[in-house]
Amino acid sequence: MELVTPSIGLVFWTTVSFLILIFVLGKFAWKPIMKALDDRERSIEDALSAAEKAKEELTRLNNESEQLLKEARAERDKILKDAKDIKDATIADAKNLAKVEGEKMITKAKEEINNQKMAALAEVKNQVAGLSLEIAEKVLKHQLEDKSKQESLVNDLLKDVKLN
Amino acid sequence: MRNNRFFVVNRHAFVLIFALFSFVSINAFANTENVHSDSTQAQVNHTDSAAHGNAHAAGHGEEEKFNPSELILEHIADSYDWHLWGHTSIHLPVILYTDKGLEVFSSGKFNHGHDVYAGKNNYKIEHNHIVIVDAAGNVDEAASKKVLDFSITKNVASLLLSVTLLIIIFLSVASAYRKTEGKAPKGFQSMIEPVIIFVRDEVAKPNLGYKYGKFMPFLLTIFFFIWMNNMLGLVPFFPGGANVSGNIAFTMVLAVITFIVINLNGSKAYWGHIFKPHVPLWMYPLMIPVEIVGIFTKPIALMIRLFANITAGHILILSLISLIFIFKSALVATVAVPFAVFISVIELLVAFLQAFIFTMLAALFIGMAIEEPHADH
Repeated sequence: MELVTPSIGLVFWTTVSFLILIFVLGKFAWKPIMKALDDRERSIEDALSAAEKAKEELTRLNNESEQLLKEARAERDKILKDAKDIKDATIADAKNLAKVEGEKMITKAKEEINNQKMAALAEVKNQVAGLSLEIAEKVLKHQLEDKSKQESLVNDLLKDVKLN
Repeated sequence: MRNNRFFVVNRHAFVLIFALFSFVSINAFANTENVHSDSTQAQVNHTDSAAHGNAHAAGHGEEEKFNPSELILEHIADSYDWHLWGHTSIHLPVILYTDKGLEVFSSGKFNHGHDVYAGKNNYKIEHNHIVIVDAAGNVDEAASKKVLDFSITKNVASLLLSVTLLIIIFLSVASAYRKTEGKAPKGFQSMIEPVIIFVRDEVAKPNLGYKYGKFMPFLLTIFFFIWMNNMLGLVPFFPGGANVSGNIAFTMVLAVITFIVINLNGSKAYWGHIFKPHVPLWMYPLMIPVEIVGIFTKPIALMIRLFANITAGHILILSLISLIFIFKSALVATVAVPFAVFISVIELLVAFLQAFIFTMLAALFIGMAIEEPHADH
């Protein structure tokens, strides 16, 4: 029975000890320790969620930059295409213009040539006419110098004419 | 429920310890009879007298005879001296409160229970208790009953040592937390921290829910207090060896404190469950007394569980060591010592386990008491 009979002394001292412990440790150990643990856990959690957020942000930025790159590439392609179009259009325009201009010039040249030809022909005609007249004059002059022959011709001609 | 697992573990450990204990003791006595048939009569006398609490008186007659039950009971009981080795022991102070006032003197005055100390009364140690004797040396029963013994016995000294150790350890750990604020724990701090987190996450949070913070100081204190005393009890020599947590007074105080904490925090639903149980009205005369008894059985179970487990462990180890002296053969030591080492290692586990179970059940009972009505059925 000795074993299971609590003695007043140990009951008293255990009570005192426990009360001292719970007071001292509660105030100076458990409170700061629990607070430190909670704080640290919270800071770790915060750090983890911040890292997660940073990762997300990074992914977002990556996506964004990729998007931008894609857009830039598209833009470049578009600009290149536009430039090519413009170049083609310019070349085509220039060609057209040149053609039109050339044709115009050719037409003009032809006209000029024609005119020149006409002028030259007229000139030639005039000269031919002058020359002919001169020749005719000279011939006539030459012919008319021999009177006897003239008379014989007129006579011949008159002989053929029968008066009716 | 998650703590069922621990009940099973506890029961297994308990059954194992008692099975081993009974096996060892039966064999020990059986063999003693065979080997020392001439001393059988004396042995039986010793056991009988020990059972009647007269071991000390009977032991004086034949001092050379080894009496294991007397030795074991003496080791697990309290004492006014703290035995170191051989004939050397520390004389602890005796503090008595008698009707003639306070008495403080050294237990060395008793000369290991042989002398009578004359203070305001004449005191003598009788059956490990201080009694008042008259001039002729006869015990004055009536006066002895009035003596309140607040002596710093071996258990009290060990208890105060554990309190000192706990305060030193946890104040240094707390200061380590201030120094390494927001950083990883270091050194001793990192040894203690998992245990604190274990108590918080495995004991407090599952049982107490979001209100766990309020009870953390209580649970942590009770856990480390029990653990520290269990561990000190396992150290076989000074400054350990006292059987504090295997003393019914110690476990009773812890159980009473737990009882107070449980019932002071009892919610409306808790008291309603006791005085207005969810049963038909005609069962009230049966149920209400059962529920009221239930309030008390919970802490009583805590008290007895811790007491029995720790005491059983001490008895078991001492029994194994006693085998060597029962057989008076060093050869037995080759079996008994490894076995005692094995049991000691189990006791290390039990020391933690019992602290954990006490805390766990205290948390469970508090959790049941503070439960909100909506969680009830």
